[in-house]
Amino acid sequence: MHRVLGDRRAIMILVGPALLVYSLIMIVPMVWSLGYAFTTGNAIDGFTWSGLENFRHLFSDSAVQSSLWFTVKYAVVVTIGQVLAGYGLALLYTFYLKRASAFIRTLVFFPVVLPTVAVGLLFQKFFQVAPQTGPVNSLLNMVGIGSIDWFGSSGSAFWVLVIMDIWRSMGFYAVLLFAGLLDIPEEVLESARLDGASGPRLIRHIILPLSFPVLMSSVIFSINGTLKVFDSVVALTNGGPGNSTTPLTLYMFQTSFTYSEYGYGSAIALLLTVLCLLVTLVVFRVSRRDLTKG
Amino acid sequence: MSTDAPPQIRVSRPSHSSRRSRPPRRLRLGKLWVKAVIGILLVIEVYPLVWMFLTSLKSNSDYLNNSTWSLPTTWEWGNYTEAWTTGHIGLYVRNSLLAVVPSLALILLMGAAAGFALQIMVWKGRSLTLLIFLAGVMVPAQMILLPLFSVYFRTGLSGTLWPLVLTYTGTGLPLTVFMMSTYYKSLPREVFEASTLDGASILRSFWTISLPMVRNAILTVGLVQFFFIWNDLLVALTFTNSQDLRTVQVGLLNFTGDFGSTQYGPLFAAICINVVGTLLIYLFLNQKVMKGLTGGAVKG
Repeated sequence: MHRVLGDRRAIMILVGPALLVYSLIMIVPMVWSLGYAFTTGNAIDGFTWSGLENFRHLFSDSAVQSSLWFTVKYAVVVTIGQVLAGYGLALLYTFYLKRASAFIRTLVFFPVVLPTVAVGLLFQKFFQVAPQTGPVNSLLNMVGIGSIDWFGSSGSAFWVLVIMDIWRSMGFYAVLLFAGLLDIPEEVLESARLDGASGPRLIRHIILPLSFPVLMSSVIFSINGTLKVFDSVVALTNGGPGNSTTPLTLYMFQTSFTYSEYGYGSAIALLLTVLCLLVTLVVFRVSRRDLTKG
Repeated sequence: MSTDAPPQIRVSRPSHSSRRSRPPRRLRLGKLWVKAVIGILLVIEVYPLVWMFLTSLKSNSDYLNNSTWSLPTTWEWGNYTEAWTTGHIGLYVRNSLLAVVPSLALILLMGAAAGFALQIMVWKGRSLTLLIFLAGVMVPAQMILLPLFSVYFRTGLSGTLWPLVLTYTGTGLPLTVFMMSTYYKSLPREVFEASTLDGASILRSFWTISLPMVRNAILTVGLVQFFFIWNDLLVALTFTNSQDLRTVQVGLLNFTGDFGSTQYGPLFAAICINVVGTLLIYLFLNQKVMKGLTGGAVKG
């Protein structure tokens, strides 16, 4: 009977198209992009081989350093914020709202599906000073604090970006972690309660260790997403003021399409890819080690 | 904050099969702060959207001269028609749909077929192929943009929406194949063996027997991919350089440019138009959307 389920022609017809399109659109360009990293030029003027020149440039370019620093800082802060806010919400759903949590879950989740560009423009106006005082500054004025030009300095622009992205995504991590918390067996919680553990101690000693795996997969997922941040930044600050909120992704985009330096753009893309893979691997290793210990 | 009540001893009775008899899961802190937290959450989640909607109905002078908290003095529904026509949002929505619909159809068809072959059929190299697809989930899109741009430029596809359709199809496939193959895992192979005994070819039983069985999965995966493609900015920004090809995200980003001077009412109307579709789909299918998005996440 396996002859039927092993019919080679049928397998080719079924997997073939997907594999072909995937190879042509993803695998071939990836390898190709790797090749670009050793050249200078662009699609219109042509390419010339330049060896390791792009990589030498990469390590001495102060714009790369600042956008790398921004990317890492953003990824760390937003990951911590997203996962903590999500975890707090997940605890709320599981232990306080129980089955009544469906409505709150639905509500907190909906920013996840909203287009980032729309959210970015909305937050821009929400935090603005001029020409109209936005709700946030208006609120500050009401408690007697003067308006803040949120997008005027790199520090405050960074925090608006962080707040926006946590707002956008905490519902997502809440649902992810909620699913993890539901997997904790009721008997374990009950016996811990009988032993007198409650509130923070129950969280610290029982719930946290038991939900560690799903917490770690949230961290991996979050870091992977935040290192690739693009839409939020473009829509909210467009990299400014100056280029102080420019992540690697945006710098790569500007280098490639504003300045038509394909080779250098590819080198930056490569740096980004390596960063993503490296961080994922490290987090993965660390979480594995801790798991065997717990 | 932690007003710990003395731990109440609760003896768990042997639960009857019904879920209702489960003892409530509770950490026992004060209950008041829970209400406060829920109240704050409601405000944080809902107010920005309410504000956005109300502002979309204000005239420019109303917006500039009155408090940001006030209701519109006159309700300017005309902002919406202005955004749709003068602001070209109608055109951008059309472009987005023209890119989303064909890519979704291609992704789902190819994804379901590949998922079937990878999970139901028996062949060497199955797990390797699955791994190759899975690897694509991690790589940032920046890694493929430049070569694709060159190709689209040289083949003359640049002036059309084809670059978007092709790129979305390629980038959407890895996750789709992976998710579909996990859904097929729950179907027993015997069903397909039996149907081929009756003389149907395996391709035929894929089409007539398996597809109806994974209808639900296709809807879920389709929703996830819809949100990814509809909300995408990077790919659209890279491959649509002329105004009449812009998707709704790119159009919205350049919205103020279309008016010359700044028009706030129509801008907010444009944002609302962009948001309302995704919000409606989500409200009708929120369980599926949540499951699909988070399900895809854990595997990524």
